[in-house]
Amino acid sequence: MVDSALQPVYDKVMAGERLTFEDGMRLFESNDILTIGEMAHYVRLQKNGLKTYFTMNQHINPTNICRNECLFCAFYRKEDQDGAYRMSPDAVRQKVLERINEPITEIHIVGGLDDGLPYEYYIDVIRTVKEVRPKVNIKAYTAVEIAYLAERSGKSWSEVLDDLIEAGLNAMPGGGAEVFSERVKRKLFTDKLSSDDWIAIHKLAHSKGIRTNATLLYGHIEKDEEKIEHLIRLRNLQDETGGFLTFLPLAFHPENTRLARLSMATGFEDLKHIAVSRLMLDNFEHIKAYWVMLGVDLAQIALSFGADDIDGSVVEEKIYHMAGSKSSQMMTRNQLKQLIQECGFIPVERDALYHEVNSEVSEIAS
Amino acid sequence: MKINKSLIEYKVREERRLSFEEGLFLFQQPDLIWLGKLADRVKRRIHPEPIATYIIDRNINYTNICVAQCDFCAFYEKVGSGKGYVLKKEVIGQKIQETLRLGGKQVLMQGGLNPALKIDFYEDLFRYIKTNFPTVRIHSLSPPEIQYISRISRLSLKDTLIRLKAAGLDSIPGGGAEILVDEVRQKLNANKTTGDQWLEVMETAHKMGMKTTATMMFGHIETYEHRLEHILKIRDLQDHTMGFTAFIPWTFQPDNTSLGGEKTSAFDYLKTLAVSRLMLDNVPNIQVSWVTMGAKIAQMGLYFGGNDFGSVMIEENVVAAAGAHFRMSQEEIERIIRIAGFEPHQRDMEYKLLEHREH
Ligand code: SF4
Ligand code: SF4
Repeated sequence: MVDSALQPVYDKVMAGERLTFEDGMRLFESNDILTIGEMAHYVRLQKNGLKTYFTMNQHINPTNICRNECLFCAFYRKEDQDGAYRMSPDAVRQKVLERINEPITEIHIVGGLDDGLPYEYYIDVIRTVKEVRPKVNIKAYTAVEIAYLAERSGKSWSEVLDDLIEAGLNAMPGGGAEVFSERVKRKLFTDKLSSDDWIAIHKLAHSKGIRTNATLLYGHIEKDEEKIEHLIRLRNLQDETGGFLTFLPLAFHPENTRLARLSMATGFEDLKHIAVSRLMLDNFEHIKAYWVMLGVDLAQIALSFGADDIDGSVVEEKIYHMAGSKSSQMMTRNQLKQLIQECGFIPVERDALYHEVNSEVSEIAS
Repeated sequence: MKINKSLIEYKVREERRLSFEEGLFLFQQPDLIWLGKLADRVKRRIHPEPIATYIIDRNINYTNICVAQCDFCAFYEKVGSGKGYVLKKEVIGQKIQETLRLGGKQVLMQGGLNPALKIDFYEDLFRYIKTNFPTVRIHSLSPPEIQYISRISRLSLKDTLIRLKAAGLDSIPGGGAEILVDEVRQKLNANKTTGDQWLEVMETAHKMGMKTTATMMFGHIETYEHRLEHILKIRDLQDHTMGFTAFIPWTFQPDNTSLGGEKTSAFDYLKTLAVSRLMLDNVPNIQVSWVTMGAKIAQMGLYFGGNDFGSVMIEENVVAAAGAHFRMSQEEIERIIRIAGFEPHQRDMEYKLLEHREH
């Protein structure tokens, strides 16, 4: 170990003990990325062995019109702005039909807070997808959208969730968490959901049997202590509900946002966030290296730094590409498998709820 | 003795040389962090200061006309294709002037094997450069070019090098090595210069006191055994001459080449970098290749045996033609080196640190 300050953390990890806030800070402050990675890899092996998950999924962003103007967002448009779009439920149906012959098991739906669309639209989108592909898992709407829908309809969060579940919702993505810090919120996303509300909505979803993901947006103006606090809050909720499926740290892509003066997170930082998350979130089963965001190269390396999931073959992921992500839009199942196998891991295809699927289905998507 | 992880760990700790079979064991290891930690240990032994170096220089591709047609090359034009060029020395002079103005100290001139350019072309060019820009270092002409110049100028290799050196050539880049195994070179259609001829150019140059680098292009048709043979050939020659300053493994860029295929992975790259650091115990510097791997992976390369970030200012037609489009400024390179926990330091071709940074 190059950085001996990590020794106590190392001993705790090997003993399976929970890490404290101070331990987390020590990890962030250290440059000994290989030791941090080694510890994270150890935890990953304990939890998932050599299994590395991927999924065949489809992303649908039904509208990019948003009443908020989060500073870090390159996705939203105003109604009259160039590039603003809104898909009709029928267009959503077409999108799903376009790939109906591919062995997709998860459809991921998130979008803007579009004042020009009725509450029913958001429910219809889910219903439509469910109709066209009844077997697919629908992972839709961040907590930010849930709160917005409640506000728009005058319903409670709980009623909104019930409507969505009734229409076919199976799981919720972890977006909109950003960093649980009032300081950062005031500076970057004033109008967005508070961290207490984000936590409360996920808790509510868990209580209804809806599994959710959690995220952390890093690489902007956040501080290390804010990130560790964020992780600990997620860990506390997970202790309570056990409803989180996976955690994915998301690197902020400054290009095309109003924070374009900031620099993109480097590979060292990406891997550190993956590894520190794996170490702090001892009650999360999975840590995801989202290749569309990290790039294929770094996502592959992240598998040796604590990540056990590489997400999937994605079509039309607009959010990161509008923010200048250079990764290609799609990888075939064979490419994903090869990427995983090459590093000595066992590729396991999963659905949104981490059930193993499609072990021997036709390679249509390849 | 049976090769296992603890034997290798022991040998690395005791600074023992690793064998071919041990190298193969390393290549077959999926445990990336284990490899990284070993390579990092060796790197820190050779470079105890937390510094990562880089150089400001400029690549000038003085001609793209080439009689060889290597399958992995997206750069060359055949003689008489109509798309070939040879840069005029005034144009090269202008580029050098810009380079100096931007704080660069060196030019890296490489080009095709152009039958129209005999030794007097290079002598004239180098003299022109040294007369007009006496401070600039000429780090130019890879071994295939030197070997070809000697052939078409009907000179011995030694005389060719003596004349080039007298005209101003300071050091030689390690390009054109690809994989120094003729079986592989033949398949790549790159055997205009054989592996032995490549090594002979370097040996001759080293014996004249010139420093050179060495490269390895991997991720095409070669096996791990071929990579190791390559690495060991460099190590053997280095034992005799100590003329190599750095080893630069880089990945084959398949776009627009007749060989085609897929780019090798980041995992393979970091692993190969680490194995290079571990096997080449007598080569002081290992350079990461951000031009082919991008900034994120190159930065991590500093933890997998690499201590040098290569060159900042590039005009790299050869690699750009094959689909590598990474660009970085000095500021950006310094930023990512710092974030990785190292102090960025500008260096010269001999890997001496330059004291004063100019902006
Ligand atoms: S991050 Fe979400 S809420 Fe904020 S502007 Fe973008 S789409 Fe709207
Ligand atoms: S790699 Fe060099 S020698 Fe081979 S074809 Fe290209 S320019 Fe010519």
